[in-house]
Amino acid sequence: MVTWIRTIRLSFKSLLLHPLRSALTILGIFIGVSSVIWLLAIGEGIGRAAEEQIISLGARNVIVRTVKPTADAAQDSGYGLTRADYERLASSINTGDEELIDTIVPIREVPREFRYYTRVLEGRLVGSTPEYAEMTRLEMHEGRFFTQIDIENERNYCVLAWKVAETLFPTGDALGKKIMVDDDFYEVIGITKERGQSAGIGGSIAAEDYSKDVYVPIDTLWRRVGDMIVVMKPGQFQRDIVELSQITLRVKDRDYVLPTAELIRNTVQYSHTLPDFSIVVPMELLKQAQATRLLFVLFLGLIAAISLVVGGIGIMNIMLASVIERTREIGIRRALGAKRRDITRQFLIESIVLSAVGGILGIIAGFACGPIIIQSRRLALEWFPDQFAGVPDTIMKMEPQMVGWSIPVAFLIAVGVGVIFGVYPARSAARLDPIEALRHE
Amino acid sequence: MLATPPRVTALKIRQLTKTYYLGGEQVHALRGVTFDVPEGDYISIMGPSGSGKSTLLNLLGCLDRPTSGGYELGGEDVARMDDDQLAEIRATRIGFIFQSYNLLATHTVVENIEVPLVYSGRLNAKTRQRAIEIAEQVGLAGRLGHRPSQLSGGQQQRVAIARSLINDPRFLLADEPTGNLDSVTTEEILKLLQKLNDEGRTIILVTHEPDVAELTRRKLYLRDGEVVSDERIVPW
Repeated sequence: MVTWIRTIRLSFKSLLLHPLRSALTILGIFIGVSSVIWLLAIGEGIGRAAEEQIISLGARNVIVRTVKPTADAAQDSGYGLTRADYERLASSINTGDEELIDTIVPIREVPREFRYYTRVLEGRLVGSTPEYAEMTRLEMHEGRFFTQIDIENERNYCVLAWKVAETLFPTGDALGKKIMVDDDFYEVIGITKERGQSAGIGGSIAAEDYSKDVYVPIDTLWRRVGDMIVVMKPGQFQRDIVELSQITLRVKDRDYVLPTAELIRNTVQYSHTLPDFSIVVPMELLKQAQATRLLFVLFLGLIAAISLVVGGIGIMNIMLASVIERTREIGIRRALGAKRRDITRQFLIESIVLSAVGGILGIIAGFACGPIIIQSRRLALEWFPDQFAGVPDTIMKMEPQMVGWSIPVAFLIAVGVGVIFGVYPARSAARLDPIEALRHE
Repeated sequence: MLATPPRVTALKIRQLTKTYYLGGEQVHALRGVTFDVPEGDYISIMGPSGSGKSTLLNLLGCLDRPTSGGYELGGEDVARMDDDQLAEIRATRIGFIFQSYNLLATHTVVENIEVPLVYSGRLNAKTRQRAIEIAEQVGLAGRLGHRPSQLSGGQQQRVAIARSLINDPRFLLADEPTGNLDSVTTEEILKLLQKLNDEGRTIILVTHEPDVAELTRRKLYLRDGEVVSDERIVPW
């Protein structure tokens, strides 16, 4: 033990004899280790941002959504999910001994204008059931969400999303007031808390921005608004008859999400001749995203590993030079009783010290990854706003996540690099003939 | 005449040969050297360059293995030992003193003296204290923290002598220890060696200075890889 400590101290001492040389060698490993940590953190950050958006859709959810069929297939009699679909799903899926679905929420969305005296905001009028709040993780800022009783009584109650409340009631006294939608008045009973957007998934679900919603009991919406949406623009008249925009189902057991989704598809398909609905399973997307992320992380790790190898070559180079320089020292030590393995150990520890110091510094730099990336992105946006306008959201909003295991792994790889690239120089030092080495000037 | 008590043989050298191959040609550096060294003897080895002095010294110091012949050190046959065993012998049984001191430039006086302790596995607080004591004994008090470059030649050689003594070997091997020193310092170093011999240590000293050889107990003369004369100057 004393010998080891002495050897380590000794190697620090001899490395400090050439401070610049040692520092440059350490720099090689430093760059390697910090780039491993950085690239893994960036990969993780991008992957996690995408996953979070998917999870915000609900990992156990199955989302059935109305899709407008192509123009020639469209019929005047309406399309999309119907109240009958909802009833069938609600009653037929849970027929076995075990319940597969624990919540089912019908949703009807229509674009509307909300007014309070002179203030106007365009947004989405959303009719649903009380479970909607929980399923979409809406939290109340003030007041309450509507209840089953409100639905049964077809109350003209509404819950405002935060932006609607802000716009229509800038002074913040919305509760109890009545806002106007079309020709009807709805009493405000609650305001939701601010909430991030959900993921946009291809063509079937646009990213949902919950900020401009007004929630009303679904029966109220059916009665007041009806199924028909008429869009009249100059040169365009469009009439759509849709009963439900979406049915969200939550599967009880995570493991049964995919088979249950299949069951749901069959149930809905039964009564639909048009391709007017689609099923989105966040879990499926999550699995894809995770697989993509893994690939991404491995790829980035590989690139970073190359820089570690370059650092290792630097170590080997320096150690070989050091062995030649210190041939006489090796000879003296051998004459004084050092065995070959003593010499090997001395030089090996020196290269491990180089790589370990580089590794530790690299890890420290790894912790700076998040702040530095966020700051530099902010600066880049300030200085070159045009060039960065087109960069995808996932990258602009990404926050690097230090991967826990990357720290010990990066450190061990650094030390491993020290060992691998230190063995050859150390062994060539140990193989020197003591007599020749002593004569060396 | 009184019968002298039988002396223990420290070194037993029998028909030692060493052959090198230099550029495909055989060089017989030693051609069968035989002599005994009793415990406590003080021998000088002389000879012109190319006589095999250095080769013999390397063999005696266990830095090299003979091509043939036998070499016993303190009753142990070291001629056939492997590299690690030889290192062990060097660390524990032999003290080396070199012409060019061979100190480690990055180490202080005390650290230099401690080096053999590292390799004999005896480095501890007690032996560290001993390193300081030995340094003081050879006249280095007050210079313990100096580096070799801050010392004179004589002082450096004292460090080397202190270093050779740290593992308390019975056998010291000195290779032209005064070769780089002026006459005053030479005298001091030789006195120091004399003292060590008086304490009972066996010393072999390689030199080409007859004056230095005169101060030993016995003179060996090598030529062309053979011992040509073996003369005891100081009788037992």
